[in-house]
Formats: sequence, structure tokens, C-alpha cells
Amino acid sequence: MSDTSVSATRLTDLANPTRFIALADRLIPFAYALAAILLGVGLYMSFTAPEDYQQGITVRIMYIHVPFAWLSMMCYSIMAISALGTLVWRHPLADVALKAAAPLGAAFTLLALATGSIWGKPMWGTWWVWDARLTSVFVLFLMYLGIIALTRALDDPGRSAKAAAIVTLVGFVNIPIIKFSVDWWNTLHQPASVIRLDGPTIHSSMLWPLLVMAAGFTVLFLAFHLTAMRTEIWRRRVSAMRRLAARRADGGAS
Amino acid sequence: MRLIAEALCGERGGEPVFGPVDFALGQSEALVVTGENGSGKSTLLRVVAGLLPSASGAVRLEGAEDEQVASAAHYLGHQNAMKTALSVNENLDFWRDFHGEPFLTNEEALDEVGLADLGHLPFGYLSTGQRRRVSIAKLLVSYRPVWLLDEPTAGLDARSERRFAALMAAHLEDGGIIVAATHIPLGIEGATSLVMGDR
Amino acid sequence: MLALFIRDIRLGIRAGGGALVGVLFFLAVVAVVPFGVGPDLNLLARIGPAMLWIGALLAGLLGLDRLFQADREDGSLDLLILGDTRHMLALTVFVKCLAHWTASILPLVVASPLLGLFMNMEPVAIFATSATLLAGTPAIAFIGAVGAAVAVALPRGGLLVSVLVLPLVIPVLIFGVSAAYGAANDPQPFLPPFLILCALTLFFAVIGPFAAALALKSASD
Repeated sequence: MSDTSVSATRLTDLANPTRFIALADRLIPFAYALAAILLGVGLYMSFTAPEDYQQGITVRIMYIHVPFAWLSMMCYSIMAISALGTLVWRHPLADVALKAAAPLGAAFTLLALATGSIWGKPMWGTWWVWDARLTSVFVLFLMYLGIIALTRALDDPGRSAKAAAIVTLVGFVNIPIIKFSVDWWNTLHQPASVIRLDGPTIHSSMLWPLLVMAAGFTVLFLAFHLTAMRTEIWRRRVSAMRRLAARRADGGAS
Repeated sequence: MRLIAEALCGERGGEPVFGPVDFALGQSEALVVTGENGSGKSTLLRVVAGLLPSASGAVRLEGAEDEQVASAAHYLGHQNAMKTALSVNENLDFWRDFHGEPFLTNEEALDEVGLADLGHLPFGYLSTGQRRRVSIAKLLVSYRPVWLLDEPTAGLDARSERRFAALMAAHLEDGGIIVAATHIPLGIEGATSLVMGDR
Repeated sequence: MLALFIRDIRLGIRAGGGALVGVLFFLAVVAVVPFGVGPDLNLLARIGPAMLWIGALLAGLLGLDRLFQADREDGSLDLLILGDTRHMLALTVFVKCLAHWTASILPLVVASPLLGLFMNMEPVAIFATSATLLAGTPAIAFIGAVGAAVAVALPRGGLLVSVLVLPLVIPVLIFGVSAAYGAANDPQPFLPPFLILCALTLFFAVIGPFAAALALKSASD
């Protein structure tokens, strides 16, 4: 009696990821193709766009730096929504989405930091300043790494899901606080000398390539995310089958 | 080769736990140590293995290259000495390499304990009884004449117990020596019995 | 012995291992410093090598308490001790220390130049700090092994290991930091403190494993 009900809920749980995988299989090639086209066009546009009269060629790094920075934040938002999905709606895919997004978010944040650093060297004369924005992005990077470590620490996905979701949400609440406190902390020590990243208002000849690049990287991120989610679902199935194999080994032999 | 204990006494934290105990085991002989909880079965085995110093008396291995028991013995303790994060094969490979004197392959050893085809699984996925059987397979991947077994059948079902009894019989037939502490009959024929705690 | 090395590295890297956490801890400790002292780049450049060293020291202590305790809990430690007749126990300890260093401390030595950039350090100072970390951090693992072996049987040994080990590694810290400063500031020498640092590592590579092996043998019950 209880056995059949357990297996019934298992089946509905499995059905959802199965449909997801079917959907992902169809979507992923298109997503990669679209990302390739957008990025190709975007790269062409950003190299034909006029150079900045102050910054010269170095301004071109903006076309990848800004999308990376934007994705580092969007990815965390996706993770926060997934965390809500795990805790409130108990959706079986939410935890998969969170776990798959964390390394991507960390990678994009690292790329944003690295490109910002490379951009900053000729502009500011130093690789790194403890500016409010840079610092809060660095804290974001540390939070990503912490969540990755947490999702890896527990072998059993069921147990790590809730812990990761809670930490992600606490981090989401924490990000504005870090941002504001760092602003306050920073202006206290270095009032006006910090060079702002957001600089002069952007001319439309630079805005369009930037938008295309941002769209291209966003689609690329979604493609990566779908791929990673699919991989994670397969990984969990393999793990479940191995556990089953361990249990069957006795039952089958006797 | 003879495993000899003379007036062996053991202590824990300064308190005498057992002794004096005498035994002499030749090849193909087994000693089954029984007794109540706390009678010093585990302590006796650890003293024989050389993990604990004896309060008085001595253990020695006659007719071996090395008089120390540790170099000729497998010690199977309460814990399985396996890492849950590694696969069964990785665990067995490590112990074969560490103990030296390779004997059976992983597949053969796992087959002997009824766990063939499970070598690729992480050790952490196995049930309690399966874990115990893997650690019994560890006795087979490298060869040691003396087996020191502490509650070897803990967590095993009846079928696995019989299988293990057959393995022990085969080891004795090969000229091995077994000292086992247990409260469950192990099914070793012709074993000497030593009851602890009768003083 | 190679098998033991590979096994411990695998355990450190696989899920549940502490290697990644150690590097994270290092990043976090060093990143916290500017929050404490303020974003003054000149000041950060001056204290940079010391902060990297302190961060590495704390991160190196982090996983030490598990060095032998994990093996004790699953019974492996008994067998490692019994293996003394085949492989000297001190050698086993040495290999375990080396694996611990490779899996959890080497990554943060590799990460240290990046943090040097964050601290606005000169390229020479960054290079010198990384070199001193590479030469000096093995000593932390070897000294730490003694603390870990002494505290192996204690239920809450983790804190005790840190308290025991920290005073012992102070010489390593002194010579490591002074060598790093020596490279960056001209009047101070680099080579003498660096060579003393190397000597300390070699010295503890011998003393540490022997002392730890002795402690492990007497701790088994």
C-alpha cells in the first residue's frame, strides 16, 4: 500500500525532469546557434564602432565587460528565484537550476572582474582599487564560490538542496546591504578620487553593439544553463541507478 | 609458523582488562575468542596485533622472517577502513598496494564475498552488510598468513556468514592462522575456544 | 606510498573534501583585510605580504585536524599504524602531509599572485611572496601533523590543533614575511631569510613526521 504511493510520487517527480530533458534537447542547439550569430554580429559591430576620444581602443573591452557584469547579477537573480522554487513551491527542477547556475555565475563574475581589471590598468594605472562597485562584485564572487562549495559538500542532492537555497536567499538579501555599506565605507575614506565605471553617457553608435553583445551573451548563458541542468539531471539519475544497483546486488543473487 | 602468546595480560587506562592468556596456534589452526561485552576480546586482538602494548607477557610469531605479528597479519577491526568517497575498486587497490604481497584481483575477491560487479560503485552507496563484505574482500587482495578478526560477521546476513565461514576454512586449509573475537558462532570446524572473562 | 598519496589527493578533491574550502577561506580572509583597514592602496601594498602570509597560515590550519581524524574514524589509521613494519610510519605521515599540502595548500599558493594584485603590491613583491609561500607552507603542514597527531583522539580536537600549532609556526611566518619584504624594499636582504625559511621547511620535514608518528603510536587505544 505505502509502497505503491511512494512509487507513484516518484514517477510524477521523474516525469517532470523527463519532459524538461526532451525540451532541452530541442532548445539547446537553437540556443547555441542564436548565441553564435548574435555574438558574431556583436563582435563585428563592436570592432567597427568608433573609438572613444579619451580611452582609444581600450574602450572596446567594454563590449564584453558590461555583458559579463550584467550576467553575473542576472545569474544570481536566477539562483534566488530557483531558491524560492525549492523552498516555497518545492519544484524538483529548482534545485537543479540553482546548482547548475552557480559555477556559471562564478565564471561570468570572474570574467567581469578580469576584464574590468584589464580595462582598469590603462585607465586608472592599477589592476585593482577597492572601489564600491568592484568590491561588491568581488564579494558576489566569494558568495558564488561558497554556494558551489556547499552544493558539492553533500553527496545527497535532497539534503544539500535546502541548505543551498537558504544560503542563496540570505545572500540575495545581503547583496544590497553590501552594496550600500561599501558605498558608505568607501566614500568615508576616499571621497571623489574614485573613477566611476559608468563614465560618460553612451552614444548610440556604442550602445547598439553593446546591446547586441549583451543579448548574445545572455543567450549563451541560457544555453550553458540548459546544458548544465541537463547534465545535472543525468548525473542524478546515474547516481540513483548506482544506488539501485547496490541494493539489487543482494536481492538478485539470493 | 606458530603464533604464540605467553601469560599475556592487557590493560586499558591502567585497569587490567584480561589475562593472563596463553595460546599457541600452529598452521591451519584457529582460535575463537568468546566472552561477554567488556571481557576484553577486542583488547586482546589489539594487543596481539601490536596496536596496544601488553601489560605483561608477550606475543610472538615463530618460524617467520619477522617475529612481529603485525607484518604477517591482517587486522579486521570494528570499522571497515574504507573511504566512502572512493569507489570499492579504488579502496581495494589502495590497500593491496599498501599491504603489498598481492593475492587476488579485485574481481576475484569481490566474487568470493558475493559482490561481483560492484567494484565501480562508490563505497558510500553500499549497505552496512555490503560494506563489511568489502572489508572482508580486503583480506583477500593481499596475502597474510595470520588473520586477526574482531567481530567479523557484524552486520552480515546468514548467507554471507556461511560464505565467510567457507572463506575462513579455505584460508586454514592453505596453512593460515585465524584468531577471531566474536559472540556469534562462526562455523569454523576444529577451532580452539577461548572464553574470556572467567576468572 | 604513491598509492597513499593518490588516495589522499582524491579524497581532498572529491565531493566533501576540504581542498576547495581552504582556498575559499584564504580568499575571504585576505579580502576582509581592506574592509578592516580601509581602501588605502599604499597601506595595502605595505601590509600585503604579511596579510597573504597570515591568510595562508590560517587556511593551512583549517583542514589539519582532519588529517588523521578521518582515518581514525573509519579504522584506516589502525592499519596505517600496523603497516609500520612495511613502511616506516614516519614516512606514511610524511606522504600524508605532502598530499595534504598538494591538495589544500598548493592551490592557495597558486592563487596568491591574484590576491597580490588586489593588495596593489609591486610585481617583485608578488613574486617574492608567492615564492616564500611555496617554500614555507610545507613547514605548516609538517608542524601541523604533530598537532593533528596529538589531538587525534580528542573529540573536539580541531580548535586545539590550531592553538597548539600556531605558536610553533611563528618562526616560519617571521622569515617568510621578512624575505618577502626584503625582495620589495632595497636595504633589506631577500636571500638570507629565504634560505632560513627553506631550512626550516626541510628541518620540520624530518622532525614533524617522526614526532607525529610517535604521537600516533602512543595515542592508539
